[in-house]
Amino acid sequence: MFIIQVNNREIKAKSGETILQACKRADIYIPTLCHIEGLEPSGACRMCVVEIEGRDGLVPACAWPVEKDMEVKTHSAKAVRARKTNIELLLADHPDDCLYCVRNGDCELQSMAEQLGVRQRRYFGDKNEYDLDTSSPAISRDPSKCILCGKCVRVCEEIQTVSAIEFVNRGSSATVGTAYDEGLNLSSCVYCGQCVRVCPTGALREKSNIKEVMNAINDPEKIVVAQHAPSISVTIGEEFGLRKGKDVVGIMNGALRRIGFDKVFTTSFSADLTIMEEAAELVERVKEGGKLPLITSCSPGWIKFMEQFYPEFTDNVSSCKSPQQMMGAIIKTYFAEKEGIDPDKIFSVSVMPCTAKKFEAERPEHSKEGRPDIDAVLTTRELSRVIKLNGLDLNDMEPESHDTPFGERSSAGKIFGTSGGVMEAAVRTAYHMITGEELEDPELEAVRGMDGVKEAKIKVNDDLEVGIAVASGLKNARKILDQIKNGRDDIHFIEVMTCPGGCINGGGQPLGIDEDTVKARMKALYKIDRTGKIRRSHENRSIQKIYEEFLGEPLSEKSHELLHTTYKKRKEVLV
Amino acid sequence: MPNTTIDNSLRQELMESLDVDQAQWSDELKEGMQEIKRKKIDKPVIYVGAGTCGLGAGAGETLEKINDYLNENNIEASIKEVGCIGFCVEEPLVDNQMPGRTRVSFSEITEDRVDDLLDSVFDGEIPTENLLGQFKDEDLEAYSDLPFLNEHDFFKDQTRMVLPNCGVVDPQSLEEYIAHGGYQGLAQILKTKTPEELCNMVEDSGLRGRGGGGFPTGTKWKFALNTAASQKYFVCNADEGDPGAFMDRAVIEGDPYRLLEGLTISSYAIGASNAYIYIRAEYPLAIKRLEHAIATLKEAGLLGDNILNSGFNLEIKIKKGAGAFVCGEETALIHSIEGKRGMPRPRPPFPATRGLFDKPTIINNVETLANLPGIARNGADWFNSRGTEGSKGTKVFALSGDINHTGLVEVEMGVKLRDIIYNIGGGIGEGKAYKAAQIGGPSGGCIPEQHLDIEIDYESLQEVGAMMGSGGLVVMDEDTCMVDVAKFFMDFIQRESCGKCIPCREGTRRMLDILKAITRGKKKENQDKHETLQRFKGVMYLERLSETIQDSALCGLGQTAPNPVLSTLRWFRDEYEKHIYERKCPAGVCKDLINYTIDDDKCVGCTLCAKNCPTNAIKGKAKAPHYIVSDECVRCGQCVNVCRFDAISVK
Repeated sequence: MFIIQVNNREIKAKSGETILQACKRADIYIPTLCHIEGLEPSGACRMCVVEIEGRDGLVPACAWPVEKDMEVKTHSAKAVRARKTNIELLLADHPDDCLYCVRNGDCELQSMAEQLGVRQRRYFGDKNEYDLDTSSPAISRDPSKCILCGKCVRVCEEIQTVSAIEFVNRGSSATVGTAYDEGLNLSSCVYCGQCVRVCPTGALREKSNIKEVMNAINDPEKIVVAQHAPSISVTIGEEFGLRKGKDVVGIMNGALRRIGFDKVFTTSFSADLTIMEEAAELVERVKEGGKLPLITSCSPGWIKFMEQFYPEFTDNVSSCKSPQQMMGAIIKTYFAEKEGIDPDKIFSVSVMPCTAKKFEAERPEHSKEGRPDIDAVLTTRELSRVIKLNGLDLNDMEPESHDTPFGERSSAGKIFGTSGGVMEAAVRTAYHMITGEELEDPELEAVRGMDGVKEAKIKVNDDLEVGIAVASGLKNARKILDQIKNGRDDIHFIEVMTCPGGCINGGGQPLGIDEDTVKARMKALYKIDRTGKIRRSHENRSIQKIYEEFLGEPLSEKSHELLHTTYKKRKEVLV
Repeated sequence: MPNTTIDNSLRQELMESLDVDQAQWSDELKEGMQEIKRKKIDKPVIYVGAGTCGLGAGAGETLEKINDYLNENNIEASIKEVGCIGFCVEEPLVDNQMPGRTRVSFSEITEDRVDDLLDSVFDGEIPTENLLGQFKDEDLEAYSDLPFLNEHDFFKDQTRMVLPNCGVVDPQSLEEYIAHGGYQGLAQILKTKTPEELCNMVEDSGLRGRGGGGFPTGTKWKFALNTAASQKYFVCNADEGDPGAFMDRAVIEGDPYRLLEGLTISSYAIGASNAYIYIRAEYPLAIKRLEHAIATLKEAGLLGDNILNSGFNLEIKIKKGAGAFVCGEETALIHSIEGKRGMPRPRPPFPATRGLFDKPTIINNVETLANLPGIARNGADWFNSRGTEGSKGTKVFALSGDINHTGLVEVEMGVKLRDIIYNIGGGIGEGKAYKAAQIGGPSGGCIPEQHLDIEIDYESLQEVGAMMGSGGLVVMDEDTCMVDVAKFFMDFIQRESCGKCIPCREGTRRMLDILKAITRGKKKENQDKHETLQRFKGVMYLERLSETIQDSALCGLGQTAPNPVLSTLRWFRDEYEKHIYERKCPAGVCKDLINYTIDDDKCVGCTLCAKNCPTNAIKGKAKAPHYIVSDECVRCGQCVNVCRFDAISVK
């Protein structure tokens, strides 16, 4: 460590780091628009330019290395003037659409313009115009709002290794597009929404389903039911100014009811159901020499990725539906029968941290006789909009509980929301299924945390040691799959989550968050697990009940009919 | 091995003698060299300047005609296609050399002139028509009353250290290159100098990057030499994207082995075993010459493993560009070689420490590398004895524009611009006055008349707001509009900007908008008050945007993009102001701002103009003076063409 001067203050700096990194540690603010933590600096937006004593011009703080005794001015007149001019230039090619835009009030371009005090329009030439791309069920693109920061391209290429979008053309005709300029639905996009999560403007957003949901709620003929995913309750509070990681599950239930949902269920219940089916599947394959490793199937972005890039693993992937879809199936059968409701009158909504779930809900495998199991998917962000639309605020509400029969959950079902959670839950139940006993310590530390690939070995009994691996982020999924392809054979069970860190960092979650926020959300889920009364899926009484009353046993014919699915081979680019 | 005229055992001796001074070679070897240099020929040799400039002027057809002539007349003579000697305006150049006599050069020999020329020459006469001059040669008998080529105004003030072989030697012959001193530099280096010593020598020579940056070459090499790595790369930048620049092309087409020897020397200096030549795809002839030369060198053992038994290995690969000016920027170039989109990245880290495939990489321009064989063979002092205090050696300039002698010239650093334009360049055509010379292409600036005596080197050019650049020198006469010139370069930049960073992508776009608004006429202007306001504020915003773009653009393309505008504003501000406030273009270039008016005194009312006007903008009764309605006039010039009384003036 050595000392550098920033804005006449002495701060510590480490050899090899950038000015931006040193300033972040010292809580000195430097604006950025194109920077992604953990990736090589791009140097595209020029917002982070700073002045260095003894040097003409400006340098980008995101890329410039620190040097002993360096004197930096982050907000010199020259630096501020350059930032302001560059923002004005961006605005000169941006639609004057703020009041109609989904990011009104929550847009990084707006924030920068306000911060820099832009008050005058100076540059009046042409603006680039592009058609909207609303072809995909999950993500909408508006290239006219794109500021070409390149974050979406980099996330798709370097973190997800999908590369569905890239820069095309040159100069002021440059834009971000798909191969052959086709719609997103004909590209290799897996709809994970990580691009949406990093987009600073309204150029990328989820496809909105708010209208359908509100129409159903306002339709007296419809019974509208909601399920919400495990990670939602520890993230949605952020949209209302609550502390990061605060669990607002009860309040959210209340809000959903006041909006007009007739029933509120928890997807953690069907997560427990998924564990029952999947653990049984694992045990069966291990005992009877079935296809191994078994790979989880609850992440629809991962499923499309596998169908496109690793179709040879189709038989490895669990035939279990995701918790969202299992819930969708049993709502319109078990629940409808129990309550004597015509399933055609049920409008089933799921609240998900995920944009790919919108794609999953529309898959033909998840419809029965033309009637989809899930009618609409709302992201966390959309739910917060609906809550505000209905004049509600999570800050002043009382908590309420879920509705039966899908209101009870184990904490194993709750940790589905984070990378490693599905694995832990499955191991707890699989262990019990094989040995009849419980794991001494239900907490598998080895599969917890932010690492992209986590592995462990679980000693089940004298004859069996199960190898498990957890990957989050598709680049990491590739790592493990390529190892398996090259002959690695000591892994029995793999959990793959499309989004780095798991659903808590999903494409449908509140935007503009950093690693600290993700860690806080993760911590919240594990706290719930530690303090949970029922920590294993098989101990969930409601789960036991649905098997007794309806399904029979895991992997039964009824289970297969309702709770299992098939996959299809896809070409990468469907042109 | 193609093009060889010496036998294998002599070739063997040749390769083993490379590290020894030519004066000490055996008599047989010296004899062999004389033959290769065509000092002792038994039948005539006809040379045709078949570089791209020559081919563009018709040298391809000339070659065919010569072949036909020789066949039809049963004359035995050999034909040699050579590169460009630099006097491009006089192409196609055809030289003739009779046994025992000097070589004589003729200009503008298009195919229709071949027969007459060859008739005379094979009759023993040297025609005076189209005669350029004879080559001076101590070994051959001169013609008594013919001028010498090296005393021609175009050549006499040049100092040719990079170009001496171009247009003279057969570019495909390795032996001829060696005969003229080639590969002796490399051989001496490999035998007597470590890479570090070589870097020091090049530093001492004072050689600076000729691609435009002017960074001390030896110093740059040391960064890579001193970075430990399992693999290092050397890259030759032959993208030559500046409009009006063709120096590198001529060197590669006319003397490819010089570049390759230079590249080998430089790769040795940093410890690179792999080199790339990144060459623009628009140079197919140069690429062909390079491919042939590389194959020849491999066969001769001068490329590949254990070159000249030194233990040094080098593979050279050619990578073609795909039509992007920005790929001449070193980090964009690296990405292009890696198969990625050609966009720059922030530096540091510099390519010298982390470059191609994340390994230490040095990128040098063609001309920089072409200087190395001379330095290697003759030493640092030989090089730094020429030039100015801060800029040693010579610079090759591509002269174009309103100048009589368009072509390629090489002068010592410190030569006055006036001498280049009026002595070497032959002055400005049609007796027009000099207005400005643009140096450095879209990154450069212009030199006005008051600075014609500037002694050209890196520093002096920067002081007047220009830049050496790669060497493109465009001369402009009084009929040039400087605002139009600025607009041209800004338009070029806008097309070529990669689009990554805001200041370049959007900033130059708005600068171009302002320049267009300044040169646009009232008719096309919207009545929108913003347009008029914008025009008036235009110059203010041009300067404001220039400052931000220079300060914050990501790469050199962006950082230097405002230069042409700033430079023309500095020296020709009054011209800008006439455009803005008086809505006039003094040079008569900006179509919308020139006015066609009929002189009442001269017009007889013949109505010919009115009948020919495509927009019916001319009104008037027969036999009475006519007048042109300015708002309707589209400035096509038809009226001027048809008027027999010279009654229409254009200002």
